[in-house]
Amino acid sequence: MEKRVTFSSWTIGILFAVPQLLLIFTFFYWPAGQAVYWSLTLQQPWGGGNIWVGLDNFRSILSNADYWNSITASLVFAGISTGLAMFIALVLAALTDRQLAGSRFYRVVLIWPYGIAAPALAMAFRFILAPEAGFMAVVNQVWPGFWDPGLDGADAMASIIIAFSWKYVGYNFIFFLAAFQAIPRSLIEAAAMDGSGVMRRFRDIQFPLITPTIFFLLVINITESFQDSFGIVDIMTSGGPANATNLMVYKIYSDGFKGLDYSGAAAQSIILMLLIIVLTIFQFRFIERRVHYR
Amino acid sequence: MIKNGLAALAAGAISVAMALPAAAAPTKFDFWFGLSGDLARVVDTLCKNFNASQSDYEVVCTSQGNYDATLQNTIAAFRAGKQPAVVQVYDVGTATMMLSGAYKPADKLMEENGYKIDYADYFPGIARYYATSKGEMLSFPFNSSTALMYWNKDAFAKIGKTEAPKTWEDVGADLQAMKDAGYECPMAINISANESWQLMEQFSAIHNQPIATKNNGYDGLDARLEVNKTKFVQYVTDLKTWYDAGLIKIKSKDLGQDMVQAFASGTCQVIMTSVGDHGTVGKTQKEGMNWDVAELPAYAGTERKNSLVGGASLWVLSGKSDAEYKGAAAFLNFIHDPKTALFWSTNTGYIPVTKSGFDYMKSNGFYDKAPFKGRETAIASLTASEPTEITRGIRLGNFTQIRAEFGTQMQAIFANKVSVQEGLDTLVKNGDAILDRFQQTYPGKTLP
Repeated sequence: MEKRVTFSSWTIGILFAVPQLLLIFTFFYWPAGQAVYWSLTLQQPWGGGNIWVGLDNFRSILSNADYWNSITASLVFAGISTGLAMFIALVLAALTDRQLAGSRFYRVVLIWPYGIAAPALAMAFRFILAPEAGFMAVVNQVWPGFWDPGLDGADAMASIIIAFSWKYVGYNFIFFLAAFQAIPRSLIEAAAMDGSGVMRRFRDIQFPLITPTIFFLLVINITESFQDSFGIVDIMTSGGPANATNLMVYKIYSDGFKGLDYSGAAAQSIILMLLIIVLTIFQFRFIERRVHYR
Repeated sequence: MIKNGLAALAAGAISVAMALPAAAAPTKFDFWFGLSGDLARVVDTLCKNFNASQSDYEVVCTSQGNYDATLQNTIAAFRAGKQPAVVQVYDVGTATMMLSGAYKPADKLMEENGYKIDYADYFPGIARYYATSKGEMLSFPFNSSTALMYWNKDAFAKIGKTEAPKTWEDVGADLQAMKDAGYECPMAINISANESWQLMEQFSAIHNQPIATKNNGYDGLDARLEVNKTKFVQYVTDLKTWYDAGLIKIKSKDLGQDMVQAFASGTCQVIMTSVGDHGTVGKTQKEGMNWDVAELPAYAGTERKNSLVGGASLWVLSGKSDAEYKGAAAFLNFIHDPKTALFWSTNTGYIPVTKSGFDYMKSNGFYDKAPFKGRETAIASLTASEPTEITRGIRLGNFTQIRAEFGTQMQAIFANKVSVQEGLDTLVKNGDAILDRFQQTYPGKTLP
C-alpha cells in the first residue's frame, strides 16, 4: 500500500481547486454554454437581436444531406489518418528503439514535424502534391490524369490525410519511443536469450507493455483529427472539390465566420462536441478493457 | 443622462480645442480594410497622404488581412463596442450591412459635415450596386473593378485573328482552332467559389439575365435564386463541352498554377479575370508576349448590358463621436477627390469610380501609356448600358455562402458527378435554403 496524505477539511481542497475551476469555467463552460444558447436561437450577426427557435437549428442541420456528407468525411478522415499516423510512428519508434545505425539522429529529426504549424505544413504539401508542378507531376507524366485533387474528391481526401498523418507521426513517435524505452531492458534481453526473434519479442513483450500509450494516442489522435485538421483543409482544399473534404470543423468555420450564420455554426459545434464525447466514452468503455496498465 | 452630459462636455472641449490652432492634437479615428500585400502598402500611403494633407484629423489604418476577416473582426469589435469609424466591406457584404443597423449613412454623414458630393458623378453601374433601391448612397465605392477577357495576341495571330472574339460562338470556334494549331491550353478557367463573380454574376448581368427573383433581391428579402432556368444553363453546358473537348483547362492555385500565372507565362491563351490583375500580368508576363484585354463575350444576338462592379465600399459605423465623424467625412471627401483616384489607380489595378476621376486620368494621359493602356476597357464594360433593374447588382443575404455553393456544384458538374441541370438545380435549392435562413434571421425587416 502507498502511503497517502489526506486532508480532513474539504475547504482546503476546494480552495486549491478554485483557480483551476475558474479557468475551466471562463475558457470552457462559459463559451460552451453560450454556444448552447446560440444554437437554440437565430442570432443576428451584428447583435441586433435574436429569436428563440428551440431545436430548429438542429433539425435543419440534421436533415441536410451536405451535413451528413460532412460527418462521413470527418469519420473517414479520422479513421484513416489516425491509423496511418499511429502505425508509421509505431514502426519508426520500434526501429529507433532497437538502436539501429543513426537512431540518435532519427530520434531528433522525427519529432520536428509536430513543431510545424498546420497551415505551414499544408502549404508545403500543396506544393509537393500539386498535380502540375510538384512531385505528383512526375507521376501524372507517366499516368496522365492519375492524380487530380482539384476535381477528384478521393485524391483531395488523400492529400489532407497525408499532410495530417505526417504531422502526427512526429507527435506519436515521441510517446511511442518513450514507452519503448520505459520497458526494462532485462525483459527484452531475457527473451532474446530464450531464442525469440525481433518480431516475437515485439508481439509478446513490447506491444502488450505499451498498450496504455497506444490507447492514450488513439484517444488524442481521433480527437485532434476532428479539430486540428482545420488549418490543413483551409490551405489545401478549402473543403472542395464538391464538398469532398468539407470536414465538420471546417464547415463550422465557413458557415459561422464566412457565412455569418452564427446559430447554425453553434449548433454544429454542439453536435461535434457530442460526437467527440461519445467517441471518447466508447473508447474508454470498450477498448480500454484490453489495456494493461501494470 | 450623465453619459450624455459627459459626451457633450467632451464634444465641447474638443471644439474648444479645435478652435485653438497650434496646440490642438489631431482627432484620431480608425479605418479597417481588407487588402494585403502590395495593395495594403498603397492604402497605407493613401492614409499618410491624408494625414499630411491636413492637421485636424489623423486616420489610423489597419489591414485585417482579407475581406472576410475584416467583416468578422468588425462584427466582433462592434459587439464589444470597439468598432472602427470607417470600414471597408466587400461588394457581396452589402445586404448584410444594410440590415445590420450598425452604420451611419454615408450621404447623411457628408451632408451633416458640410461636404457636397455630386452622386450623379459616380458611374451608375458602380453607384447602384451600393445604393438602396431608392438610390441613396449608404456607403462610398472605394476599390472597384470588373471582369475582362485577357487574350494572347500571338496565339490569335496564329489562327489568323487580330481581334478578340465578341461572341461565345466565336470563342468556341477560336478555341478549337487554337487547339488544332497545337496549343495545349487554349483557355483557362477555375471553378471555385471566387469564380462565381466572372462566370455567373458578370455573365448574367451582361446578358440581362436575373440571378434571383425580386430584381436580384433589391425588392425584398424573399428573393430566391433562378439561375437554373436562365441563359446561364446554356453557358455552363458550353463550358463543360469545351472542357471535355480539351479546349478549356482548369487552373487553380491548389493545382500548382492559377489562371493569371497560366496566362502570363503563355501556357494558356485566354482567361477571364478582374481588371485588377492587369498590372500583375504586365509585371509577370513572358518576355515579348503580346496580349490585350477585351470585354467579356456575349452570345450572338444579345443586347449587351453593363457588367457588374466588383470590389468594396467604405462604410461609416454608428456609435462614434461627432469629432470622429468629422474626421471620417474629411477622409471620404479626400478619397473622392480625382487626384486620389489617379494615385489609387496608378498604384493598383483598380478603376476610378467617378466620371470626374476618369476624365482627370484621361486628361493626364494615363490610358495612353503602355502599362495602363487597355484598362479603359473596364470602364467601357461597366458603362455599356444604363443599369437595368437586374444589372444594378446583387442584393442577397449571405451571398458568400451562395458563392461557396456555386463552387461546390460547378466542381460536381465538371467531375461528371451530376449533369449541368442537376448541379444548377441543387445550387438553387441549397442557395434558397441560405436565403430562407437569412430572411428568418431578420423577421419583419426590409432592405432600405
